[in-house]
Amino acid sequence: MTDLVEASQLNLVLCHTCGKACDATRALHECDRCGAPLHERKPNSLARTWAYLIAALVFYIPANLLPVMNTQMLGEGEDSTIMSGVIEFASHGAWDIAVIIFIASIAVPATKFVALGLLLVTVQRGSTWAQKERSTLYRFVELIGYWSMLDVLVVALVAALVKFQALGDIEPRPGILFFGLVVVFTMLAAMSFDPRMIWETRPPKEHTDEVSSH
Amino acid sequence: MLDTDQLIICEHCDCVYHKVPLKKHQKALCQRCGAVLQRYNGMTLQQRLALSITAGVLWLMANFYPVMSISLKGLSNSATLWDSVLALADGPITFIALVAAISIIIAPMFQLAILIWVLGFALASKRSPGFITFMRWLESLRPWSMLEVCLLGAMVAVFKLAGLLDVLPGIGLFALAILSLLMIRIAGRDIRELWDALP
Repeated sequence: MTDLVEASQLNLVLCHTCGKACDATRALHECDRCGAPLHERKPNSLARTWAYLIAALVFYIPANLLPVMNTQMLGEGEDSTIMSGVIEFASHGAWDIAVIIFIASIAVPATKFVALGLLLVTVQRGSTWAQKERSTLYRFVELIGYWSMLDVLVVALVAALVKFQALGDIEPRPGILFFGLVVVFTMLAAMSFDPRMIWETRPPKEHTDEVSSH
Repeated sequence: MLDTDQLIICEHCDCVYHKVPLKKHQKALCQRCGAVLQRYNGMTLQQRLALSITAGVLWLMANFYPVMSISLKGLSNSATLWDSVLALADGPITFIALVAAISIIIAPMFQLAILIWVLGFALASKRSPGFITFMRWLESLRPWSMLEVCLLGAMVAVFKLAGLLDVLPGIGLFALAILSLLMIRIAGRDIRELWDALP
């Protein structure tokens, strides 16, 4: 294995938008190819990731407790939460659908909380433990992120279809708003996290963005 | 002075590598963190443009034909993607309708319009007007475009309703299925090659 060289040793900065290796000796603030702002690390990465993650965690509570939709069939109304939807599928014997919804709506957000929390804590300690595996974990979090939108889109479609007034009517309920917010905030959290911090062996100094400090 | 055009920096750990020519099915991985640095992409400009235009037509079909229709005791109803977004827009939860609209209608629409525009000019070896802005938009739009999630959602909805009433998948659903697969192929990160192709 050849010796690996880091970009900072060669005075290079990666442009996150177009992937160009930019020359840092010229002290550019913008990529000379696409004009996107250049940073050695994503600005305020740790603080931003924590903030988005905690916001998502707060929204995760009403997302699971409040009903996501209301089904009216022949005069009988019934609210259902995400979990009760899963249980209903399972009790009708539709195990496959129950598993898909459970994974997308409950397991994926929970995995993201645990994984991002783990990444944040280990990075703050400057840990050298399982760096390659943690890199893979981050890529996994990025990959699974948006699949949690599944339930939002299911509720939207079902509510748009079942509109027969007295005979049958399905309406969305506020739980779905909080659920969507969980997805959006966990996605923002994953985007704010800079995976290159995993490979910094000293506890990282917060990379603040001097340009934008007012 | 290094020739920086021939260098790749790993996004996930900042290691620097030289670009290598890849053969079919090959990809270059970072030795330290295992991230993908380069992936073989056998698509020519013409092919990508042709697929983008196809996807544009499919986008129209997915949006103007109903995704599915249902019937219950003689009554029937159908819904398009836009109807589903509107179904979320009532009451205090309007914000989520906006998120849904962006992820299944607006983001893919802009992605396709930009791709067709940029690739059309690229065919004549020219940078299109607004090339830099549009290329950056493609990067910002990508994470918010969720057609494949929408496809799975539509299929789950079919099963969810099939127990209660008769469900009939519509043309929109088939268009959505092909469109979501095409988007993965044409709107991926490899579009960044245009930066090098059009200096």
